[in-house]
Amino acid sequence: MSKTLFEKIWDEHLVTTLRDGTSLIYIDRHLIHEVTSPQAFEGLRLTHRKVRRPELTFATMDHNVPTEDRLNIKDPISKAQVDALSKNCGEFGITLYDLKSDKQGIVHIIGPELGITLPGLTIVCGDSHTSTHGAFGTFALGIGTSEVEHVLATQCLPQKKPKTFKVEYTGRLQPNVTAKDMILKLIGLIGTAGATGYVLEYCGEAVRALSMEARMTICNMSIEAGARAGLIAPDETTFQYIANGNRPFAPRGKDLEKALSYWKTLPSDEGARYDRQLTIDASQIAPQVTWGTSPGMVIDVDERVPQLDQVPGYSKTDVMHALDYMGLKPGTPMTDIKVDTVFIGSCTNARIEDLRIAASLLKGKKISSAVRVLVVPGSVRVKQEAENEGLHEIFKKAGCEWRDAGCSMCLGMNPDQLKPGERCASTSNRNFEGRQGKGGRTHLVSPQMAAAAAIEGHFVDIRKWAKLS
Amino acid sequence: MKPFENFTGLIGVLDRANVDTDQIIPKQFLKSIQRTGFGKDLFYDWRYLTDGKPNPDFPLNQNRFRGSSILVVRNNFGCGSSREHAVWAIQQDGYRAVVAPRVERQGNVVPAFADIFKNNCSKNGLLTIELSEHEVDRIFDLVNQTPGLRASIDLKQQTLVLETSPKVTFKFEIDSAVKERFIHGHDDIGMTLTYESQIKEFETKHHTQRYGT
Repeated sequence: MSKTLFEKIWDEHLVTTLRDGTSLIYIDRHLIHEVTSPQAFEGLRLTHRKVRRPELTFATMDHNVPTEDRLNIKDPISKAQVDALSKNCGEFGITLYDLKSDKQGIVHIIGPELGITLPGLTIVCGDSHTSTHGAFGTFALGIGTSEVEHVLATQCLPQKKPKTFKVEYTGRLQPNVTAKDMILKLIGLIGTAGATGYVLEYCGEAVRALSMEARMTICNMSIEAGARAGLIAPDETTFQYIANGNRPFAPRGKDLEKALSYWKTLPSDEGARYDRQLTIDASQIAPQVTWGTSPGMVIDVDERVPQLDQVPGYSKTDVMHALDYMGLKPGTPMTDIKVDTVFIGSCTNARIEDLRIAASLLKGKKISSAVRVLVVPGSVRVKQEAENEGLHEIFKKAGCEWRDAGCSMCLGMNPDQLKPGERCASTSNRNFEGRQGKGGRTHLVSPQMAAAAAIEGHFVDIRKWAKLS
Repeated sequence: MKPFENFTGLIGVLDRANVDTDQIIPKQFLKSIQRTGFGKDLFYDWRYLTDGKPNPDFPLNQNRFRGSSILVVRNNFGCGSSREHAVWAIQQDGYRAVVAPRVERQGNVVPAFADIFKNNCSKNGLLTIELSEHEVDRIFDLVNQTPGLRASIDLKQQTLVLETSPKVTFKFEIDSAVKERFIHGHDDIGMTLTYESQIKEFETKHHTQRYGT
């Protein structure tokens, strides 16, 4: 029988069906960080349980990490949480990439970069953006702390089988339109609960043409459409990414050959059935900007802030609340909106390719004097790579701040935060109220759009702007 | 997890859709390494003014909702971050059940609750009740007309009964596995560990590197 990529991975990891009808799924990799794990370790201690497979569990610190003077965490509560992770990893025998490690970084950036993330696996992490790893054709899902404890203790997770949702992007993207625009467009179309209960599989010509970095950007935001996970079938681009570069956990030599022959069997079979399907013409996608407080409140950059009753999927009250919080009036052209801050970073867009693109636009230019720009690499390795290529000099000369690796301003659990009323063009994934700092106003965009906004001080249509400059 | 017991409690309403877990419990409270102490920080940015005083415009701060234990909200509640702290905060502020509607939008059904949030609720004994949009509209109307409106929840019968006169009964669906766990208060991990022999057997044939055998 024809199977989808998801069904193949699911069947390979089905341990048994529990008495209550739930499936017990085996977990190949468990990634943990300081925020959602302390209560799970405490649970293990209270019940005298051990970590079943510490060698399949990898930890790092990212959410609380300051991006300046990182070894000196001034907030005592943040420090206590980071210290708790060190203690827990020591006690339970788990590999930890801490703030002194050259492998530290945002958990979803270091997994792929170290070769921990490979096709055909099951990966969990107590973080909703675990969907990122699906770019390799791996079933990767975000879980809560109780489930973190469950996986630590059993290496398994009881799961109800999700449905499948195929999204095909036909055609080719316009120049300077990106993976970020592809995923924001989808969320705008189906809404933030449009894929709840489903695993999304992204396919089509425009997806095949993307690099691994860009594929990770798409899968990263699957959760913003409500999906359990996002998947992209592994192909030559995936195999090249894994085979090249310093990825200590990736197979090499004969192991790699064996792996490749298995990985090539993973893509969905001809005629495989999905529960839902959608086709999007990639050539028609314009650069996207969010205007509201939900990732689904998104429009093309050449449009205007919508009228209260013009937003499909949201009530008038929702739109009113959002516009009030964002300090925007219906009818305002998006390109008239001025920004105070630009954030280039996060697990969505802080990989080397994102920084290269932003640097290419900022090279030889100055950022607007009214704007503060933070460029935050996703990992220590990304930072080193960028510095080897001289990207940090380009950013600094343009007037940007070049920081150390971490989650930074994506969620404001560390010193990088917006002040009340500040408006930010952000390459991150969530424009929720207060997400980047209480009262902060977030507009989600691609790295290209963020870099151009940094120079101009307001949003621009990158397609026209790139031609002029 | 403690077994779920039927109860009667005051209804509190929050007329917002797509309430994300960043709103339910903002990021600064996630730094705790404890599992308790989150109740007072539930909906923090909406609930308090900048000087720390209660915000009089926030619906749940109204006297008539003080002590409520059934929270009624709109669709896609709990979207966003996977933080289980959101569930702990709701429970620790006194709620034992959350009621929300599934709604039809552009020909698709938008669920009442986001996936990870709903899952986290089920691990902690916080009951999530999904009703139709029409039914939840009716609850909002009746709560506005009837100060101090209470409701009873019977999990075995799968009913939510509004203590109006006459009473209004809503039947709700619940996954049978989740219902069993709620009624018996099962320890999930303990249950999985009863399958130890199957897990061991699986591990002997499953290569977690996914290359070679």
